[in-house]
Amino acid sequence: MIPVIVIFVYLAIIAFIGSIAFRQGKDNTEDFFLANRSIGSMVFFLSLFATNMTAFAILGSSGQAYRQGIGIFGMMASSSCLVIPLTIFFIGTRLWALGKKFGHQTQVSFFRDRWECNHIGTVIFALSAAMLVPYMIISIMGGGTVLSEISSQNGHPLIPYTAGCAIVAVVVTLNVFFGGMRGTVWVNIFQTILFVCFGVVAVIAISHALPKTFAEYMSSLANDPKTRALVTRERIPMQTFWSYTLIPLSSIMFPHMAIMCFSARRMSAFKRTVIAYPIAIMITWLPCVFLGVLGAAALGKISDPDGVLLRLLDAYAPVWLAGILGAGIISAVMGSDAHQVLALSTMFTKDIFVHYGGHEKFGERRSVHFARGFIVVVTIIAYLVALALKDKQGIFEIAVRYAFSGFAAMAPVMVAALYWKRSTKWGALAATIFVAFSLIATGFLQGKPAPPPLAVAKASTNNLAAAALSGTATSLATTNAPVAKPPSAAPIAAKPKEDIIWKIGGGADAIKILSRAPNGDVRFLNGYMTVFPMVLGSILCVILFSLATPPPSRATVSKYFDSTIAHE
Amino acid sequence: MKKTLLFLLVALVYVAHQDFWNWRKADPMIFGFVPIGLAYHAGYAIVCGVVMAILVKTAWPEHLETEKTEPPK
Repeated sequence: MIPVIVIFVYLAIIAFIGSIAFRQGKDNTEDFFLANRSIGSMVFFLSLFATNMTAFAILGSSGQAYRQGIGIFGMMASSSCLVIPLTIFFIGTRLWALGKKFGHQTQVSFFRDRWECNHIGTVIFALSAAMLVPYMIISIMGGGTVLSEISSQNGHPLIPYTAGCAIVAVVVTLNVFFGGMRGTVWVNIFQTILFVCFGVVAVIAISHALPKTFAEYMSSLANDPKTRALVTRERIPMQTFWSYTLIPLSSIMFPHMAIMCFSARRMSAFKRTVIAYPIAIMITWLPCVFLGVLGAAALGKISDPDGVLLRLLDAYAPVWLAGILGAGIISAVMGSDAHQVLALSTMFTKDIFVHYGGHEKFGERRSVHFARGFIVVVTIIAYLVALALKDKQGIFEIAVRYAFSGFAAMAPVMVAALYWKRSTKWGALAATIFVAFSLIATGFLQGKPAPPPLAVAKASTNNLAAAALSGTATSLATTNAPVAKPPSAAPIAAKPKEDIIWKIGGGADAIKILSRAPNGDVRFLNGYMTVFPMVLGSILCVILFSLATPPPSRATVSKYFDSTIAHE
Repeated sequence: MKKTLLFLLVALVYVAHQDFWNWRKADPMIFGFVPIGLAYHAGYAIVCGVVMAILVKTAWPEHLETEKTEPPK
């Protein structure tokens, strides 16, 4: 009951902050969508960070660390420590300057103007919206699931899934509806502090209650051949590890991140953000990954690895900490969800409604009303989808994973727009279509029925490790719980087989151009993630199609490149 | 020259992310309980913060802030 009370106190605080933001707001789109481009340095950093962090940073990271070991931190967190600040430094600052100078409020309006073409903007809008919507739906699903699990007593949730989804949807909608960008970023300050502090507090609290020391648990994992892989990176293939360094390119291409960049008051706000960002990632992720691995030693085999943090808290921490965890997770869910809803509303209002004449017809004030109406409608639809497809959550999880690859592959389009005079709308269009096609093809391959498994086998350490290597959250990886029974005695139903779709050569030297890992994930060139060919293909499309088509007009090139913006 | 050095610095840090030499190592445990592979990447995150501070100090695009505003279209 205490966790539920803590969460409701948290939600009440969020609603209160939103109501203050509403009272300070003005009825124009610049204020509603960008808080009048007035976000200060510290608020900008905290909000940008909250925009980018999802519940995965807390629950998912510890669950993955429980399955695959410490390498999760290097693979998913530390790669972002370099790439995301770099994209903010080189892309975010330029977007800010262009927004300030020419009044752009979205990426699409910049692309339209930069390439003198309405259609390119509309195509990019459609692709961005299609990649963002599953993210929004899964945020509501995640919120509902967490609320129902945390409120569960003897297997019966005090807050059922439907009510949990509704609570998250209503709080986010009210916050965004009334507060717009201002309400969203103010709430983000509170949210970021909460989930950044959570991990550190959890490690300290748990360390006091554990029967053994951290050193003893880690030594026991390292000294047991069956669990040693958890304190090394043996379960993560090098190709996957490297591929993940491309995923953070997606960050700045998510519409809500780009829109945030337009909202800063001064460009100096970016300075603190790019320096503090890597440290904030470390403080958020490191304790959760460590606790995930520790859970393998302290708890042994558990049926739900993603719940390892909750189990540790249940067993070794005071009950109020579980409430803080719940609030931390919900805040991570709602922080990014609120920005996604606002970004969709901004894009739809500015890039479609206003662009196609709505503003002239209905005026500035009505445009804000339209944006608010859109927020309500889109959230209701997302909520209904979250209820109707509750059992199909996996589909949305896959869609979100590929959305990251899709946005990462759109980064070359942005770089070309900002830094390459000779880039053309045809280059951008070709890259966008290539990305869309790649996503559809990947989804199709992922959805294909799996090949028949090999004969029933007893698992060896290598078999299990190999299976876990290729995937993320699979039931087989769960079977691979590190402190399970000795592998030689742990029967598994069947060993899933890698599905080779296209290979060159034969035998051990064959190059697997396209394959599917046992968990269904599509892999390229002997194991690289699909983000690699997608980014590469996008770069090639931009370059080749730009060179093959006439350059943009001299006036546009002069507008964007003769000033100082693109120099340096 | 400055640009080249900064580019090399960033490239070096990017390459340093792929610490293949720690792939199968658990020891030494830093502070007695943090496996070397995890400690390395925690340190890597701090190095990234330092690199970004160097970029901000030496290559900040100050000129962008002085751009004149044009009325929105």
